[in-house]
Amino acid sequence: MTPSTIELVPTADDRRVARHAAAAIALTVAEAAIPLPLPGVKPGLANIITLVVLARWGWREAVWVALLRVLAGSLLLGQFLAPGFFLSLSGSVASLLALGLAMHLPRRWFGPVSQSIVAAFAHIGAQLLVARLWLVPHDGVFYLTPVFAAAAVVFGTANGLIAARLLKELGGDKAAPAAQQP
Amino acid sequence: MSPALAAWRGLLRPGDYGIALLGLALCVYSALHLWRGGAPDGAVIRAGGKVFAQVDLSRARTLDVPGPLGMTRIEIEPGRARVASDPGPRQYCVRQGWLSRAGAVAICAPNEVSLALTGRGADYDSLNY
Repeated sequence: MTPSTIELVPTADDRRVARHAAAAIALTVAEAAIPLPLPGVKPGLANIITLVVLARWGWREAVWVALLRVLAGSLLLGQFLAPGFFLSLSGSVASLLALGLAMHLPRRWFGPVSQSIVAAFAHIGAQLLVARLWLVPHDGVFYLTPVFAAAAVVFGTANGLIAARLLKELGGDKAAPAAQQP
Repeated sequence: MSPALAAWRGLLRPGDYGIALLGLALCVYSALHLWRGGAPDGAVIRAGGKVFAQVDLSRARTLDVPGPLGMTRIEIEPGRARVASDPGPRQYCVRQGWLSRAGAVAICAPNEVSLALTGRGADYDSLNY
């Protein structure tokens, strides 16, 4: 076989991103098997990975992991370029932007749970906006806002708690305040 | 509290409670705001095709509306309205009883009087409701 003339040598960073993205994709696929009462209301377990990566490796890497997850997850589920993909993408972009702001909140007071809830609200906000502008051009979509908001609080808190627990086990929350360690 | 639960609670920082409460408040606010579901905020009374009166539903009162057959009496109460009496032969508008949803209409055709409730989210009128 002719040896390839292009050598792509993945760096340690690339491998780390790929590993985290793989974990997030696995959660996305697993989550798709959970029956849900309403379309659009789902736990978003993959965001746990995003939160952990954000805390340990920073925002840029979290963006990579989250967007790779959206892309590969949609390919695996046969959703690529379907409406659900764009809803997922817009939600992810919005929540990444929100996380970029939320990570600068004082760590002493605001942990992964806060970031998770803020990101969840950004997620549903962007999704509702895209749905209103593009998929369902009628104000009727906003009728479900309270349900989505409740889901954002519940799942945002749960995911945040799991992320916080993981970070504690990993001991990787480098920027954790000294007061956290007794 | 069990130790397991306490360990989970230990992961929460003070501000997290605030953010969670803020999220719940947003949830409740949006539910109250968006699920007011067709509560009427006023009534429009027409006679002979022209607007006879436009009233809000905040306080009780009665209005007498003149028509070709006589007086149609409209009764307004906080949040609802009805045609209390009408000289028409079949009394359809009177028998409709109290109207309490935005978009609801009672029409007294013989006397050319109609009562319609207005409000946000008045998606349907009585004809296709």
